[in-house]
Amino acid sequence: MNLRRDVFQAIADPTRRAILLLVATQSMTAGAIAANFDTARPTVSKHLQILTECELLQQQQNGREIYYHINAKKMKEVADFIEPFRQMWDERFNKLEAIMQAYKTKQ
Amino acid sequence: MIHKTKIQAEDGKQELTITREFELPVELLFKAYVEPEIVAQWMGTKVLKLESKVHGSYQFETSNPQGNVVFRSNGVIHEFVLDQKITRTFEMENTPFAPQLEFLEFEALSPTTSKLTMHIIYKSVALRDQILQLPFAQGLNMAHNRLQSILNPIK
Repeated sequence: MNLRRDVFQAIADPTRRAILLLVATQSMTAGAIAANFDTARPTVSKHLQILTECELLQQQQNGREIYYHINAKKMKEVADFIEPFRQMWDERFNKLEAIMQAYKTKQ
Repeated sequence: MIHKTKIQAEDGKQELTITREFELPVELLFKAYVEPEIVAQWMGTKVLKLESKVHGSYQFETSNPQGNVVFRSNGVIHEFVLDQKITRTFEMENTPFAPQLEFLEFEALSPTTSKLTMHIIYKSVALRDQILQLPFAQGLNMAHNRLQSILNPIK
């Protein structure tokens, strides 16, 4: 099984990204997660199953409830986890470069 | 593809390094960090204060496209060597994030090119990872908002 590819497939889906965002700040039960979506409950369950299988989500038994929380360690393994941060700086620096090149010719 | 901007963030460390090479003489690169109106342009922020000198301080204010202030940041300058070095703190106001220490080094690679090395130190490994993850989380947020705007009319 190609786990790496699976992780990318997992985060390529907008509903699954939204689920990751939801549980990024707090652990939640499947029911609480599903309540945030108009999608049918079994569809949300399927998304949770995929996210859990590729270890982006972890399950934790709390009494009778199962809580889902984000596996930060696994998230970090996703190669492009850091990419938006790099892109943010790259865009800023591209702008800086363009502004200063224009500044130079103005002088 | 070789990226112009590189991030080095080793696992389990409370620091990271951002490097970037510019098609600019080092004097112009440095100027982009010193002149308030130029900083405002490339950072996309309002510069409330920028005292580029030892013991000087700065304060930036960032607004969203609707004009509401979303974020204010400030810091103190500890070292300031023209065309070479700026050491400063950086803090996001009204957030749970502790201030960070930034070492900025400016280097001439040739008369027309230069390199910036930004070494940032955070209070903890967890904080560094959280800050690294912010733009990713915002990306998720945007994906989520897009999803909502697609779903809303269907309701």
